[in-house]
Amino acid sequence: MMHRIRAFEESAARAATDGLVLGAIHLSIGQEAIASGICRALRPSDYLLSTHRGHGHTLAKGADAVAMMKELLGRDGGICKGKGGSMHIADVGVGMLGANGVVAANINIAAGAAHAIRLRRSDGIACTIFGDGAINRGPFLEGANWAAVFGLPALFVCESNGFASTTRTTAMTAGPGAAERIRALGIPADEVDGNDVVAVDETARAAVAAVRSGGGPRFILCHTYRLHGHTSTDPARYRSEDEVREAWKNDPIARCATQLREAGVDEEMLLGHRDAAAAEMAEAYETARAAPWPDRALAYSDIQDIGDPRERAY
Amino acid sequence: MTVMSYAAAGRQALAEEMRRDPLVWAVGEDLGRGGVFGQYQGLQEEFGAERISDAPISESAIMGACVGAAMAGTRPVVEMRFADFALCAIDELVNQAAKARYMLGGQIRVPMVIREPMGMWRSSAAQHSQSLESWYTHIPGLAVAVPSTPADNLGLLKTAIRSDDPVVYLEHKNSWGLEGEVPDADVLIPFGSARLHREGSDLTLVSWSAQVHVAAAAAETLAASGTSVEVIDLRTLWPWDRDAVLASVDKTGRLLVTHESVAVGGFGAEVCATVAEHSHGVLKGPVRRLAAPRIPISYAPPLEDQVRVTAEMIVSTVTDMLRG
Repeated sequence: MMHRIRAFEESAARAATDGLVLGAIHLSIGQEAIASGICRALRPSDYLLSTHRGHGHTLAKGADAVAMMKELLGRDGGICKGKGGSMHIADVGVGMLGANGVVAANINIAAGAAHAIRLRRSDGIACTIFGDGAINRGPFLEGANWAAVFGLPALFVCESNGFASTTRTTAMTAGPGAAERIRALGIPADEVDGNDVVAVDETARAAVAAVRSGGGPRFILCHTYRLHGHTSTDPARYRSEDEVREAWKNDPIARCATQLREAGVDEEMLLGHRDAAAAEMAEAYETARAAPWPDRALAYSDIQDIGDPRERAY
Repeated sequence: MTVMSYAAAGRQALAEEMRRDPLVWAVGEDLGRGGVFGQYQGLQEEFGAERISDAPISESAIMGACVGAAMAGTRPVVEMRFADFALCAIDELVNQAAKARYMLGGQIRVPMVIREPMGMWRSSAAQHSQSLESWYTHIPGLAVAVPSTPADNLGLLKTAIRSDDPVVYLEHKNSWGLEGEVPDADVLIPFGSARLHREGSDLTLVSWSAQVHVAAAAAETLAASGTSVEVIDLRTLWPWDRDAVLASVDKTGRLLVTHESVAVGGFGAEVCATVAEHSHGVLKGPVRRLAAPRIPISYAPPLEDQVRVTAEMIVSTVTDMLRG
């Protein structure tokens, strides 16, 4: 899965360079272990809510890569019919209720999805993944408090990649950070190396089991590093090349490969996975770019059942 | 027919819909104790604390959680306590609830009702008195209801709760005690259907929410002097019953719109513009608006009154329009 996410985003970045991704895209290259590890612990019927940096989460929850790529290119057959683009990518059929263009907004929405699970007496859980920039917005407090007060089946995951847009998060964050803030609400919080997919997987499985068994909300703080800029066109000159070069040594995919090699998996199989993912996503890009634009009439559907959206003031 | 108050009609609408559909639930501050205006009195006893749920003073979480709960298959009724406080949750309403269905290409629906008691009430000053209905009419994805009578509050709230899209439901705080007849049968009032409050032939007077009663009082006074004013209560502003207004203006040739909210950028402008563009040939004079000046609402009665459009002002304006 990590290879598939990496390959998808490399294809998306290529599409952006080719001028075929029309809006901004936010790459999660370097953060694939979190998407993979968290989503492996979820069932298809569990809900997942993501952020503007949500391609990896959406793929890991089971969305179709071709329909996603078509959405990024604004083409017919896009997963959101070309109405959302990268920042609203979603696949409700696999429980992925959406990325979001507003930082932290999905924290409250995930708490509410967990509330619905409770009201409907289902055994699902609602998980939301957000960045470290989100912890300074109100919904981080309000949504976590809500989930705790009502004892809801919610899993909050912070992907702490060090940057809030193009500013270092630490420069704009008071106190000891996300985990301590969450613990102050009485919610159990785990911290994990977010570039170690095995550690994320183990932590996520334990947390999901606790949440599913009725133990109330839990929080996982995943430490990682955003290897690319805020958007695919951000050169990220606010950090040194040395810092980024060091961070690449901690690439979660390379680390996982090392672990697998040490466990006796042969090189040919590792390369095979990588190449298969690259081929899949290169083909997804080719398929997407060959697709036509969506029908203009689609602009007027999916708004609301009542009232005529074509109405203008005559 | 049964006589009941505007508040009781809202309570009955919610209770009936909750009995009909187990996925309907309500959440807001102090709902367990009946709500700040008593409009939820007795409901927690019948439906329990899970379906008539208290909430922290966290407007953003109340609204946002209900967006999620609506996406995930329930039908929440959100109580915002005062329309003014809903501004703490405007991202959740405008960026999330209103647009989720569209942004996700129709993959999801957000069936929620956002109750926002609005309007001037007992020297409540600038953060507890506003009427912001026109803001919401500007947002694709939202429906906007502004009931003026107990019967409309019953029938429109039931329709709102059965809507599969978000509805901003603005009850007027000064109308909670207003009594009126409501039907005994399960009557739903469709959105986009105006109510002819009073028939007339000389001038069309359009209003909504509590201002309808001010308009009706003015029409009564004018009738005594032989002027026949047709009063139309729009009841919902999105969608709004353009056909009813245009048909009435075809008959009377004159239009005055009055509302409690600020005149500048108010929904009266939309109504007047539509009539001006569509009915030019039949208009016997310019269309007019009577609404609030662009000042925050004060606390002291003489200052607060500067914001009110009174029946006397309407009578005077109508007289002036007919003279012209």
